Amino acid sequence: MGKSLLDKVWDLHAVRELDSGQTQLFIGLHLVHEVTSPQAFAMLREAGLDVPFPDRTFATVDHIIPTDSQARPLRDGQAEVMLTEIEKNCRRHGIRFFDPASGHQGIVHVIGPELGLTQPGMTIACGDSHTSTHGAFGAVALGIGSSQVRDVLASQTLAMARPKVRRIEVQGKLGPGVFAKDVILHIIRILGVKGGVGFAYEYAGSVFDAMSMEERMTVCNMSIEGGARLGYVNPDDITFEYLRGRPYAPPADRFEEAVAWWRTVGSDADAEYADVVRIAASDIAPTVTWGINPGQAIGVDAEIPDPSSFDKHERDVVEDAYQYMGWHEGDRIAGTKIDVAFIGSCTNGRLSDLREAARVAKLGRVAPNVKALVVPGSQDVARAAEAEGLDRVFRDAGFEWRLPGCSMCLAMNPDKLQGRQVCASSSNRNFKGRQGSPSGRTLLMSPAMVAAAAIQGVVTDVREVLGKGNA
Amino acid sequence: MSAGESQQAVVDSVTGRPIPLPGNDIDTDQIIPARYMTAVTFDGLGQHAFQDLRFEQDGQPKAHPMNDPRFRAKGPRVAIVNKNFGCGSSREHAPQALWRWGVHALVGESYADIFFNNCVAMGLPCVTMSEAEIERLMASVNEDPDHDLVVSLATMMLTYRHQSYAIEMPEGARKRLRTGAWDATGQLVQALPQVREIAGRLPYVQGFRS
Ligand code: SF4
Repeated sequence: MGKSLLDKVWDLHAVRELDSGQTQLFIGLHLVHEVTSPQAFAMLREAGLDVPFPDRTFATVDHIIPTDSQARPLRDGQAEVMLTEIEKNCRRHGIRFFDPASGHQGIVHVIGPELGLTQPGMTIACGDSHTSTHGAFGAVALGIGSSQVRDVLASQTLAMARPKVRRIEVQGKLGPGVFAKDVILHIIRILGVKGGVGFAYEYAGSVFDAMSMEERMTVCNMSIEGGARLGYVNPDDITFEYLRGRPYAPPADRFEEAVAWWRTVGSDADAEYADVVRIAASDIAPTVTWGINPGQAIGVDAEIPDPSSFDKHERDVVEDAYQYMGWHEGDRIAGTKIDVAFIGSCTNGRLSDLREAARVAKLGRVAPNVKALVVPGSQDVARAAEAEGLDRVFRDAGFEWRLPGCSMCLAMNPDKLQGRQVCASSSNRNFKGRQGSPSGRTLLMSPAMVAAAAIQGVVTDVREVLGKGNA
Repeated sequence: MSAGESQQAVVDSVTGRPIPLPGNDIDTDQIIPARYMTAVTFDGLGQHAFQDLRFEQDGQPKAHPMNDPRFRAKGPRVAIVNKNFGCGSSREHAPQALWRWGVHALVGESYADIFFNNCVAMGLPCVTMSEAEIERLMASVNEDPDHDLVVSLATMMLTYRHQSYAIEMPEGARKRLRTGAWDATGQLVQALPQVREIAGRLPYVQGFRS
């Protein structure tokens, strides 16, 4: 019987079995940001411990960084304190820090891949749940808490229990206007936000085979929203070609050697899985969340579900969502008025996302009374987009073109919703209060759908907008 | 027991007043909103635990168990929760906020993976019971909240008002808490020689120089 990628990578990195039954797992790449690391560095200091592998940790600043001006000192004193703290900690331990002056600052899950740090067959850890993003490369990528960040700094290892693997096969071809974001929203909608607890998700089938690396990242990113411990796609030629020539990828004279090894880490054809789920690509529509968790999603042409149609176990959560969002019987998601449009985040803040959104933005102007924000995922993304003139497309259409960071994905910087504003957002979480206002409302959708909502002022089926554009 | 401090202590049982926090899929953004995370330490998080569920934006208290005079007894508490508690962000700020508010153990139907790991790594036990048993316990607490609840990891029993309930917890986590090895760092660092050996065998760590 063959092995899955998860089992192969796990076994290659297992230092030993611990008494607790967990594995002590070597971590090949550790990524660090300013919100979850200062406590870890402080614990390290208190315990008098060192960082034995400083060159396997890389840091950046993303959560608290303002997106209008990053001039130092930052206007928000508390943000400045956090930035100074990570600077100090990195300097003290000899850790490479991609700060705004480096030209490579950005959301931690955007910069790891684009710098070529993220590679197949690695174990990757970061004090952030969306570390699952890096699984797109065929890595075992684990989101961890601050105490575990301390553990990785101190030992380059983690105590971890091995998850089971569920293979999710999506076969067929996605329709026009249907994106990677719709695929993962659809998966979470089917399997539920708790469905993945205890599992690693292996995404397979012709839909993922055909996806670009950026699309695979969007899917793996939201594995965590489905409750999974991590998500991954087996590495293939698309993966290898993406990595070729990147700053931290293996150099040209060793690249083929690397590819040869990377080919060995993918799941065997006869690998055994704890579970297999099959989904038809043709069932996936442009998808929008209507509720307060990412599983509460529907096709853009559907009616908001009636809470009484859910079974007893779900009804409380559904009723709560229905009330919080302020729906009425018979409401449809299309036509819902929005106040803010946000394009960005580690889910959908990469170059291809901005291109898709710009294709729509070109066809109109941001509706009056809508505030529309484009926040590139990193300085590298911003430069590449500007080189193509995407910043101008957005600005001309009335979008604000901002500096890179997490921004309104979690609103730890000044980009926040006000009151009960409704935001069409390309991010990953629609929890109550997530976008900075305790009563703010979030509708998750693809970047193209966000752009369509921005120019129409209401949630709109992007296929209609693009159809008109082509006509 | 002293979660979050470097002192290693055995967590064999927790005694505290019960506080029901009902609801499925309670995410860590609700447990501690991101705007209270702009600090380099976990200090002061306790007063903001469940901020937006406990208080209006003008600071007026809302109806929430943590504001309910019936559950305001001093001292350690044991929180009673439902399914998928702690989903969402990996922020350890969430269990830290609960801990600093006074929660010394949780009993519920299920927890999100990362939340559960974070709790164990702080010495904060999360045990589970079936939906029916949680319902029975919540009813008993609502009837009379003024008793100590005991969670024993030694016997894997929970007792409240002379009633016993069987509890569960993955054996590895239970062992770590009971032996005081919940803070894994010391144990992990001991294996540094083996860690270097593994690093030496991994082609990518060696720069693909075969
Ligand atoms: S963009 Fe959002 S989800 Fe991604 S790392 Fe930043 S805050 Fe987290």
